[in-house]
This record gives sequence, C-alpha cells and structure tokens, in this order.
Amino acid sequence: MTTQAVEKSQDGLNTLQIGRYRIASRLILGSGKYKTMDLMRQSLEASGTCMVTVAIRRVNLQDRTESPFWNAIPKDTTILPNTAGCYNIQDTLRTARLARELLETDLIKLEVLGDTQTLLPDTELLLQATKILVQEGFTVMPYTNDDPIVAKKLVDLGAAAVMPLASPIGSGRGILNPLNIQFIRQVVTSVPVIVDAGVGTASDAAVAMELGVDGILMNTAIAEANDPVQMAHAMRLGTDAGRLAFLAGRMPRRDHAAPSSPTQGAIGGSK
Amino acid sequence: MKIVINGKSEDLPDGMTVKSLLESKGINPQIVACELNLNVVRRMQLAEAQLKDGDQLEIIRIIGGG
Repeated sequence: MTTQAVEKSQDGLNTLQIGRYRIASRLILGSGKYKTMDLMRQSLEASGTCMVTVAIRRVNLQDRTESPFWNAIPKDTTILPNTAGCYNIQDTLRTARLARELLETDLIKLEVLGDTQTLLPDTELLLQATKILVQEGFTVMPYTNDDPIVAKKLVDLGAAAVMPLASPIGSGRGILNPLNIQFIRQVVTSVPVIVDAGVGTASDAAVAMELGVDGILMNTAIAEANDPVQMAHAMRLGTDAGRLAFLAGRMPRRDHAAPSSPTQGAIGGSK
Repeated sequence: MKIVINGKSEDLPDGMTVKSLLESKGINPQIVACELNLNVVRRMQLAEAQLKDGDQLEIIRIIGGG
C-alpha cells in the first residue's frame, strides 16, 4: 500500500455509525474520576474522542455551587448519558427518560447492574429495558456481558450498538475472554460492537480493535493513569494501531519458526 | 404542604409549581430535569406543574461518569 493509500484508508479509520449518529472517533470516553476538570479537558482533547459519557444524579440542594463541568467538554462532542447506578428496571427507565429531557438526546448508554460487588450487568433486566426504550424511540447502547447469545438478542430487540465488557468496570484487567469478543463480532454484524469497561492500558485497546470490534469505551484507564493526558494520547494511538492491524490482516500463527532470511548461501553452508 | 424532594421531606407553602420551587431554591431550570411522581415534567410545562401535598419530586443534573 502506498503512503497515499494508507492515508486514504485512514479517512474511514475513525468513523462510528451509531443509529443515526455519525461519530468521528472510535474511542468513547467517560467523564468520571478526573482529579481536575482541566485534566479532563486536556485528556479528552488528547484522546481525539468525539463522544463522552455522563451520569445523571440528584441536584445537591444544600450545595448549589455550579461545577465547571461543561467547560471541560470540547465543543462538538456528542454527549452520551448513562444509567450507571441503576439496579432495577424502574430506576433505569426513569434515569433514561430524565436524561432525554435534560440533554435533548435519544442516546442512552444502558446499564442495569446486577450487584455492587462486581458491577456486572443483569442481562435479563437489560434485555427488558432495551426493548422498552427502543419502543420509546431511544438510541440504545447496552453495556452487556461478553456473551454472544445476549449480544444477538440485544440486536434483535433494536439496540443501536452492543457494548460487551472486557473485564469488570474499573478493574483495568484488559480483555478476559477474547474468544467471546470474537464470537460477538461474528454474530453482531448490523450494529457496532464497542468494548466497554475493563481496558487498562493502550495494548488492551489495540488488542480489542485487533479482534475486529468497532470501538472502545473507557474511563478509569485514563482518569486514574499517573498522567491522564499522556495515557489518553496512548489510547488514541493504541486504538488506531489495533484498527489498522485488523484491517491489514495479521499473519497466521505457526507452531514452528520460519526464517525471515534466505536459507541458502549462508557462509557456513546450508544446514 | 409536605413534599419529598430528592428523597427528603420538606414543608412548602401551598400553591407552588415546579418552576417556582426551582426559583425559590436558586436552581437554573436549564441545567436540570424534573420528575414529579415518577413522570418527567417537560421543560415547557414546569410553570404548569402544580405541587400538592404528598408529591414526590426529583431534580437531577449531569455529572461526570463513565
């Protein structure tokens, strides 16, 4: 491939189509846990992200100091509200509807968690909530287990993306079951597969993209890095590198060595 | 009248609407969303949403999250 052709192939490198939303980055970032708003702003910029998740919480009626939160979100960023912290259907639906009213968006990152210990999704409730919110006109992006059967069901219910975890939220353990992520990629062909949660460092992002997923959503890996801005940049490069490697198609794995230099003509003679 | 706001019971003068309540608490309606007795109150209808004894009101905002 010529340099020109490589550049051309990169035009399409960073586009994610989620329902009717065209997102110009494959990296989606969370906005939690940053030490300062300024660090968050710089990290978001360094990552090149065009989509940022936010949470919905009660107004603090005692402390009405306004946070400079919005000033830290780059302009033209698509905001993706989540239902984090919801453990039942009713709270999940209420949170999604309030988010839609507040942000005037039908996008929702749908989380229905099973317990506070693992933060793993309750997929039975997730399927129910997906069905209801799709019917209500939401663009639903469910956070789910690395389970291809559930992934397929979510798509059949009208989810606009499927977001399997790499490992538990905030654990930074990388992709625990790459085979399942590949299975999900194989059964989900009509909407993006976005690895959500558990990515710890840039190589995890690259591995996820090499498995053929369309995007990655992360928060803690950047926010809790010693230098979040530098890690955000690394995640951008890792994501791009993994995507390019996937598009390029890797060489086959072999059980035995295969010399890269000609076997004939070595000065000691052939073995 | 007694109203539960964000999970806490408060005594309020009769005749308030959601909009007048937000104003009395110094909350900018543009940066919050409200839910009255489990139903979202549309922004345009805040002034019409009359509060009555026993109502449950949620006032929410956006914060950082993943």
